Amino acid sequence: MTSLFEEVPATADADADVPVRRVTVTLNGERRAADVEPRLLLAHLLRQGFRLTGTHTGCDTTNCGACTVLVDGLPVKSCTMLAVQADGHDVTTVEGLAGPSGLHPLQEGFKDEHGLQCGFCTPGMMLAAKALLEENPDPTEDEVRFALSGNLCRCTGYQNIVKAVLWAAKRMNGSEQ
Amino acid sequence: MTVTEPTSRALDEIKIGGMGASRRRVEDNRFIRGKGHYVDDVVLPGMLHMEILRSPVAHARIVSIDASAAWEIPGVRLVLTGEMMATRNLAWMPTLSYDTQAVLATDKVRFQGQEVAAVIADDPYIAKDACEAIVVEYEQLPVIVNPTQSLAPDAPLIRDDKVGQVDNVCFTWQVGDQDATDRAFAEADVVSRIEMHYPRSHPSPLETCGSVADFDRATGKLTVYMTTQAPHIVRAAVALIAELPEHLIRIVSPDLGGGFGNKVPVYPGYVISILASILTERPVKWIEDRTGNLISTGFGRDVYLTGEMALRKDGRILGVRMHTDSDHGAFFGDAQPSKFKIGLLHSAFACYDIPTAHLTARGVYTNKAPGGVAYRCSFRVTEAMFFQERMVQAAADDLGMDQAEFRRLNFVRDDDFPHRTPFGFLTDSGQYAKCLQVGLDAIDYEGFLREKAEAAKNGRLLGIGISCMTEPLGAGNSREYDILGIKMFDSAELRVHMTGKAILRTGAKTQGQGHETTWAQIVAHELGIPAEDILVEEGDTDTAPFGMGTYASRSTPVAGAAIAMAARKVKAKARQLAAHLLEVSEEDVEWELGRFYVRSAPDRGVSIQECAMAAYSNMPDGLEPGLEANAYYDPPNLTWPFGCYIATVEIDPATGVWDVLRFVAVDDCGVRINPMIVEGQIMGGLTEAYAMASMQFITFDADGNCIGSNFMDYLLPTAWETPGWELHEVVTPCPHHPIGAKGVGECATVGGPAAFVNAVMDALKGHGVRNVDMPLLPDRVHEALQTRGDVSGAPPIRTDR
Ligand code: FES
Ligand code: FES
Repeated sequence: MTSLFEEVPATADADADVPVRRVTVTLNGERRAADVEPRLLLAHLLRQGFRLTGTHTGCDTTNCGACTVLVDGLPVKSCTMLAVQADGHDVTTVEGLAGPSGLHPLQEGFKDEHGLQCGFCTPGMMLAAKALLEENPDPTEDEVRFALSGNLCRCTGYQNIVKAVLWAAKRMNGSEQ
Repeated sequence: MTVTEPTSRALDEIKIGGMGASRRRVEDNRFIRGKGHYVDDVVLPGMLHMEILRSPVAHARIVSIDASAAWEIPGVRLVLTGEMMATRNLAWMPTLSYDTQAVLATDKVRFQGQEVAAVIADDPYIAKDACEAIVVEYEQLPVIVNPTQSLAPDAPLIRDDKVGQVDNVCFTWQVGDQDATDRAFAEADVVSRIEMHYPRSHPSPLETCGSVADFDRATGKLTVYMTTQAPHIVRAAVALIAELPEHLIRIVSPDLGGGFGNKVPVYPGYVISILASILTERPVKWIEDRTGNLISTGFGRDVYLTGEMALRKDGRILGVRMHTDSDHGAFFGDAQPSKFKIGLLHSAFACYDIPTAHLTARGVYTNKAPGGVAYRCSFRVTEAMFFQERMVQAAADDLGMDQAEFRRLNFVRDDDFPHRTPFGFLTDSGQYAKCLQVGLDAIDYEGFLREKAEAAKNGRLLGIGISCMTEPLGAGNSREYDILGIKMFDSAELRVHMTGKAILRTGAKTQGQGHETTWAQIVAHELGIPAEDILVEEGDTDTAPFGMGTYASRSTPVAGAAIAMAARKVKAKARQLAAHLLEVSEEDVEWELGRFYVRSAPDRGVSIQECAMAAYSNMPDGLEPGLEANAYYDPPNLTWPFGCYIATVEIDPATGVWDVLRFVAVDDCGVRINPMIVEGQIMGGLTEAYAMASMQFITFDADGNCIGSNFMDYLLPTAWETPGWELHEVVTPCPHHPIGAKGVGECATVGGPAAFVNAVMDALKGHGVRNVDMPLLPDRVHEALQTRGDVSGAPPIRTDR
């Protein structure tokens, strides 16, 4: 194998001769598998292997959060996790945010409250916010700010991002009642 | 007399998403789904990947480069060094400031992070492995990291590659009236003097730079997807540097993950990827890592100021003298209009009525990264306004005057326009005192002063800082503004289809400003075509009209004006079609939003959509079919938005930590096309202002190692520490702009920093401190309190002054 990864059918047998590992994940609800070099980062598997380019990378040091995805529901910086570590786990990316019935309230909230400008930080922000709202459905402004403090945005100044998350929280609580 | 309401059938402008509508953004539909299309998302068949090997040292002679081990690694397709670039005459390239810059080093490396070699391989991991396998032998040379060292008589010559260069000075420049200014100082009651450093900062958009170059041998066509704010300038540059025919070069700037000036220059990585694609005949992708972005691409600021103000004891400013020493790094690569060597720094003091001023500027080479870019500002106006407002506060303090009163006294009055600034610019409109008053009322100035005095009794340190400024946006006019001789105008092309839908293309390039949304609003305003019926496209040089791109807040002032002008041309033709459809003469046709009607019979009318249909299906004899127009707009002057920013802070004397209590921003950017987007721009700008005042800076140790080469060391504010913003507005339309807009993208970044610093200095008043240079890190504030003195220079090096 001359490339870092090769997507394979989820049922295929691993080839024992090449120095690769089989990784099987449930990606946005769908079982996907790939043979990868052990050093391959999860962010790169998602972006280049599975061609889900909504996960972005903005740094080399786990600071920016543009690459945030959910692994078993928890926010993870996918630039800091090896693809092989995701083996057997459930991964949600921005592409998996919207359901069959339409956009996720966070997606609507980000648009309605102008919570994005260039959009580069947005997928990571929304996934970090999703994890927050699952744990704390009715956060205060400070709690939102703290929960998003692992995600950098260079454009918005955060105020509208915070509003967007609160907008979504309200919407989600309303529809649950 | 009875007045009958005329029955208007004009469309409701807000409903159709016209001017003034806080229309939700069109581009968000793809971004919130993760379907943006950024350069790193581009994948082409057979694409190879490029990595750059950078110099670990700041100044050294290259003794040898041995790349043999890199070639051995399976999957490596090409290794490029400066020597190989030189065989194609590409080892050096011109900069935007008439200097030259190394693409890959041949003789010396001149800053840490300079590009030394490049590897092209099957995947980026292999390319990175191969970079590490390249062995470079360096013979180290003495390192220069600031102007003082650079100007020392025995300083080593950094640019020994340049014929005739005998020292490290890259330019000297002056503007203003020296004699008159000297006289003003001779007559002054009080002279206020202050020295400052505006530290080096890096725009660091969240997306780094990158390119995918794709040369097709069969057609001879070169397509480059790249992170550029100015695709047409790049096309011209590639045509000149790589000597390729311009019509066979296509530059595509897809979605950009922010720019802030960082994506204006042409960087070595782009050029190398182009050559690599030509040599390998395969697409080559280069995506810079964050460290590469921070240590090698365009920075902002790094200017030392000596400022003096001649004052009359009643508080009037008689004259201003400024001298700047600016650090440009190893190559003079500033992106700025060619006539102005220190950008528009002489726009300082434009909002004050000052008889005379004189500025001298000197730029030097150092062993630091090159390329001063307009980091979210209109060519060094950020420095101009920061220095101005710090000097103003120091002067008010020296006179013992209230800082608000001192400003009010010296402001240009509303009835004083057009006004010639002390350095020769012409400003056209503004309500400066009103803006200041709106800000003072919003923050409850008097109330805060009482609270501050009360708190002082308990040893608490509260402060209030004001910063007011008008800045020049929207370069050109073309008489004075050009980059490498290309005049600074901009363009738009509007094509209305048969069914009344339209496509609009401009020479600008959005990086998050929301052009796809706001540009359509201008057309909706002019033509009454609903904004949602207008597709906006930018960034592809094969389809977009020639324009100078988006930076320096010039999109709305220049491209925005071009859009209005193109729409007006379309409207003029639609009027001919309307007259034909209504069977009246053109003079009898009136316009209301969305519709032409017969003056004498307002009920008889045709919609703009009906005119569009007629343009393709029922045009009068002799009228050219179709409904489209383009416009190249050369602005008559700059635009001058005004901002007033007020911060209140409290310092913890035990730690030097300061918290922002409140922040009020009053922006007068003229007519607002989309208020929601304008406010978004202001809040983003304020956050960068806070960043620069509080934490964000790039510095270097004595060996030229970059401190701030990654996001662990280069601190950017997160949601947690960023203060909340309170926004207010005043609207003074620009008299010469077709829709009265002035531009806004950068005002808050330009005017904001001084508000924070002035607030902290106000809190330190009475503690023997006159100045602490940015960033106001807690340890620096603490040191100032402890030593009862100033803290100056670029930390951590304190020997540079
Ligand atoms: S890319 Fe920055 S944290 Fe992952
Ligand atoms: S929207 Fe650009 S980085 Fe957040």
